[in-house]
Amino acid sequence: MSMKFDRPMNWKELPAGCLIDEAATSLRFKTGDWRSMRPIWDAEKCIHCLFCWITCPDTAITVQDGKMTGIDYDYCKGCGICAVICPPKASAIDMVREEK
Amino acid sequence: MASLKELSKRTEGLVGGHRACAGCAASTAIRQILLAAGDKPTVTGICTGCMEVVTTIFPYTAWNVNLVHNAFENSAATVSGMEAAYRALKRKGKIDAEIQFIAFGGDGGTYDIGLQSLSGAIERRHKMLYVCYDNEAYMNTGYQRSSATPYCAHTTTSPAGTKIPGKPQKRKDLTEIIIAHEPAYAAQATPGYYMDLIRKVEKALAADGPSFINVLSPCVPGWGYPLDQTMNISKLAVETLFWPIYEWQDGKYKINIKPREPKPLVDFLKLQARFRHLLKPGNEHLLEELQAEVNRRWEVLLRKEQATNG
Repeated sequence: MSMKFDRPMNWKELPAGCLIDEAATSLRFKTGDWRSMRPIWDAEKCIHCLFCWITCPDTAITVQDGKMTGIDYDYCKGCGICAVICPPKASAIDMVREEK
Repeated sequence: MASLKELSKRTEGLVGGHRACAGCAASTAIRQILLAAGDKPTVTGICTGCMEVVTTIFPYTAWNVNLVHNAFENSAATVSGMEAAYRALKRKGKIDAEIQFIAFGGDGGTYDIGLQSLSGAIERRHKMLYVCYDNEAYMNTGYQRSSATPYCAHTTTSPAGTKIPGKPQKRKDLTEIIIAHEPAYAAQATPGYYMDLIRKVEKALAADGPSFINVLSPCVPGWGYPLDQTMNISKLAVETLFWPIYEWQDGKYKINIKPREPKPLVDFLKLQARFRHLLKPGNEHLLEELQAEVNRRWEVLLRKEQATNG
């Protein structure tokens, strides 16, 4: 990979046509610090319906073998869609204010 | 159709780290569409718009599939060209893989700027899926009206005031324009009803020819609602008949969700700042007009379903 992510590339280093030759490089860009509200997931209450996972805009719900395993705070922007979509009988996600 | 559990084992097509606003429905819709496309080789294209700007800021890309960005007006032209090249290489035996092609565009790039290239691509019968994520204005550049903006919606270029009640014109019905081209498959969907959207993408990709899905994507800053309400707004659009979700195939309409008791349109409008002025005293006639228009369109759609399935 010829791309540099730690500093801006100079014109000689830029790939021809600015073609990004690697998929999903945005994983290096953490958007978690945008968050003002933090979703807290309660593993006990979770019924693993995956509604939060399918509606998350930031792919921040981690799932393994069909079961929810947590929230990826590196990418979660704290929109709260997951807490709203969580079925009322489970209500396994709470939104709390982000502390400094 | 794949269940959520099965879908969760697939590779994500759109990963985190993109810079869409918190609560953006378009990024959810694209995730769901790429999950539905499955792990088959997929080539996508996108025209200029919110999703292009937030997902492909050099040197970052949120796409886990091949993506070409060309210009504002030619997402359909670019992807149809790739599809034609793929067919030529296949005919010569230089390529074996089964590749599926998906083009994305916002409502500005589809309803307005890219309409002729989309029309051409469908007329040439390229086997590709075109997805319009319709957030009902030019959200990326600061909420200017587009031809997808509904009647009376406040935008920066159709501000609600004493002279005009928001956008003075009605929205054009793009899905019907596409159906007039007789594609292999056409549908309307919204990410709030994700299983419906996923099923439609599977159907569209299996169809032998051009297919089109118009996806209503609520926009937090442009529509002006609390950011955790995205999926509720998306569902309300269907429950109030504002955005009927239906499909068209082989000359037949099918309405996928018929609310038994449709909610009044005001339930959908009152959550959004762009319609706030409609709730002020003296604007009751506009609300009635909007409701009558929604009812009329629903009635027409019901009749179309009846006429084509009779």
